[in-house]
Amino acid sequence: MDIAAATTIRQHLIDPEICIRCNTCEATCPVGAITHDERNYVVRADVCKPCNACIAPCPTGAIDNWRVVPSARVYSIEEQLGWDVLPAELTHDELAAAGVPEAVIGVVAPAVAVVATADPGEPVPLDAAHYSSLLPPWSAAHAYANLYGPKAPTVATVTGNFRVTEAGFANETHHVVLDFGAMPFPVLEGQSIGIVPPGADASGRPHRARQYSVASPRNGERPGYNNVSLTVKRVTADHQGRAVKGVCSNYVCDLKVGDKVQVIGPFGTSFLMPNHPRSNIVMICTGTGSAPMRAMTEWRRRLRQGGKFEGGKLMLFFGARTREELPYFGPLMSLPKDFIDINLAFSRTAGQPKRHVQDLMRERAADLAGLLQQSDTYVYVCGLRAMEEGVLLALRDAAVAGGLSWDALADAMRREGRLHLETY
Amino acid sequence: MSTIDYSEKIPNNVNLSQDRTLQRALEHWQPNYLAWWQDMGPEGSRDFDVYLRTAVSVDPSGWAQFGYVKMPDYRWGIFLNPGDAERKIHFGDHLGEPAWQDVPGEHRANLRRIIVTQGDTEPASVEQQRHLGLTAPSQYDLRNLFQVNVEEGRHLWAMVYLLHRFFGRDGREEAEALLERRSGDRDNPRILGAFNEKTPDWLAFFMFTYFTDRDGKFQLCALAESGFDPLARTTKFMLTEEAHHMFVGESGVSRVIQRTCDAMRELGTDDPAKLRAAGVIDLPTIQRYLNFHFSVTIDLFGADQSSNAAIFYSSGLKGRYEEGKRADDHRLKGDHYRVLEVHDGRLAEKEVPMLNALNEVLRDDYIKDSVGGVNRWNKVIEKAGLPFRLAVPHKAFHRRIGALAGARIAPDGRVVSEAEWNAKVGEWLPTEADRAFVASLMGRVVEPGKFANWIAPPVVGINKQPVDFEYVRFG
Repeated sequence: MDIAAATTIRQHLIDPEICIRCNTCEATCPVGAITHDERNYVVRADVCKPCNACIAPCPTGAIDNWRVVPSARVYSIEEQLGWDVLPAELTHDELAAAGVPEAVIGVVAPAVAVVATADPGEPVPLDAAHYSSLLPPWSAAHAYANLYGPKAPTVATVTGNFRVTEAGFANETHHVVLDFGAMPFPVLEGQSIGIVPPGADASGRPHRARQYSVASPRNGERPGYNNVSLTVKRVTADHQGRAVKGVCSNYVCDLKVGDKVQVIGPFGTSFLMPNHPRSNIVMICTGTGSAPMRAMTEWRRRLRQGGKFEGGKLMLFFGARTREELPYFGPLMSLPKDFIDINLAFSRTAGQPKRHVQDLMRERAADLAGLLQQSDTYVYVCGLRAMEEGVLLALRDAAVAGGLSWDALADAMRREGRLHLETY
Repeated sequence: MSTIDYSEKIPNNVNLSQDRTLQRALEHWQPNYLAWWQDMGPEGSRDFDVYLRTAVSVDPSGWAQFGYVKMPDYRWGIFLNPGDAERKIHFGDHLGEPAWQDVPGEHRANLRRIIVTQGDTEPASVEQQRHLGLTAPSQYDLRNLFQVNVEEGRHLWAMVYLLHRFFGRDGREEAEALLERRSGDRDNPRILGAFNEKTPDWLAFFMFTYFTDRDGKFQLCALAESGFDPLARTTKFMLTEEAHHMFVGESGVSRVIQRTCDAMRELGTDDPAKLRAAGVIDLPTIQRYLNFHFSVTIDLFGADQSSNAAIFYSSGLKGRYEEGKRADDHRLKGDHYRVLEVHDGRLAEKEVPMLNALNEVLRDDYIKDSVGGVNRWNKVIEKAGLPFRLAVPHKAFHRRIGALAGARIAPDGRVVSEAEWNAKVGEWLPTEADRAFVASLMGRVVEPGKFANWIAPPVVGINKQPVDFEYVRFG
């Protein structure tokens, strides 16, 4: 098959009905891809990178339009200059008729040819900050942030404190439930709150607050109650392995029911879950990075229970040293298989090779790619910073093996609030 | 250079903290500015949390950060586009010389006049629009109004920075005066006529942002060519913000037209009385508003023959629109241009030296640009299958400045008698009754996702937010 006809590009176009011809995009474009005549502003497909420098400055949103077209049939400048309206998306059948193979149709890829350019070479370092979305998914609920600051914390009451790892093993992790009583503390899955430990540090300054992701869904750890849960690991060593007693984590893990806690927040307005039907969620976490994943999973589970959940896949990659150290292992295992696709990686199970989340992701690359090809798929990564690069490389390789352009995909996901990394 | 220092009282990317004298002067001006905003800024809006765009750097990724802001806390500051050390003056007598980083003594008075005139329009439009929030047709529109207002405020900052930085005591006095003049004030009015007109209703606001802010665009474009580099860099950044204002105007009028066309189809009528009874603005009234705002705005370009314009150009202070893209000698000595005058009861063209006609050149560029948007409005009507078409009036219509000032010219360019003018003016310009009718439609609609009856919702929200997003939270 003619390779040129067999591939598609995601062509950058400007909507002539919305554009006001203000010239901002043309003035902004660093590579001169945008030009105009008296009628329209248009983008040269062969010059546009696309770097997205023009997207934010556009006052109308007209600039942010994309069409998947066969590479051999991109819309020329002359065609675009004649438009009064944007052409419709090519249908599946039209793309197929143009010789685009089934596997490529529907794939999201900016003006870069989607050919199998699998790169088996050395992994190149990936900078997570470059990939993480600054925006929430379009269907995210509105998040309230910073309702209570360090100068005016609110007070919550401890209503539960359970260990969620096996007794007698390292990485003791607690599930702590806090109730806000009558004080407003609206919080969404993926947001975090700050706990202010009592007392002062060695130099006499009050301890600063520590942030924890909430592990409970929006309507409360117990549905209909003004409470949240946290997943807190008792810190007994620092990153270098030296013995250190974490001020806040030990305070929280030792809390008794009825204790009062100073809380600030909520924090975070982008690491939020999609709410539209058929949205898929891929969750990748280690240790207490599971808190937001538990929150999102539990919200979906409650929706499903209430009959309000229309499809949409959940896929979880969850890593810990051993089964016993994996928080929420028991409850997780009781979730129905048709609800969530669970993949657990243990790095220190005796007699077995080390397995990290990225190893599992590579094993499941085909299924992962299937999800990545859908524009309704949202990816969340939470856990230790060390996992970031391995996870991104595994995502990249899964995407490339699935016939996707990683650069284009990652860029689209970042812009569309579909790739979120939170590591510490 | 592109990083904005937000740790300072006055956000800036001009190393303000390195210049203590200037910093102190601006910090002295800042409270006066805030007091002006309090007095003359959007009425009753002090505690609203508004979903606004704020610049955090002047590069593409940083200058459009969205979030809720109380307007008095908006981070007004001083932002210049990155400089080019090699930049040369590219027109006029100094063509080819390095661009000025300081004000040349011989051009000081003219430059100050240019900057003050530009700067005066910025607070003026905020003053003109200060009551509009009380009759917003939707939260979406209210937010757009406020965005326009805070950015006009920032444009004032941009000009005041230049005055303080480069014009010493004179500049400081001018900066104070910018806060003292008032739009429409009989004793101390704003400098330019159009900025003393009322903006009484939202149709007028949309027309103003379409036509009059577009004048802003052309003036800024001409100044962005200036040989005085700080002015060029300042106005370049302002242009990026100005685009939003024209968007508000173009899409606003377009949505009014859309709503009217929908009603015309539903009711099967083009009878203005029936349409008005249905609570929408009939197309002939929209045409009269258009005639008014277009004619008032093209006066802003000044007299068609102007020795000042020639001096500003030849001395390298103010270029033409897209000077850098033009293929002539960029000196224009000996070139000619045609301007209009009334001769023997008819409009006739007259050839005059190009340098003296540069106001007319900029006006004609502006007219060409304006017509494009009017044609896009017509597309809305055309799509609805209706025969009516809007048009900009002849450029000689209803002029108060230049050779055509006071001439009685119909929108189609015919010279008419005083009697015909008086008989027809009610068909050409908005009447008291038109304005009263439009005013009668103005009621406040602020429930998210709801729109007043006389305007259609926008096609897309701001920053990809949904149309029913909570763009303003009322404190």
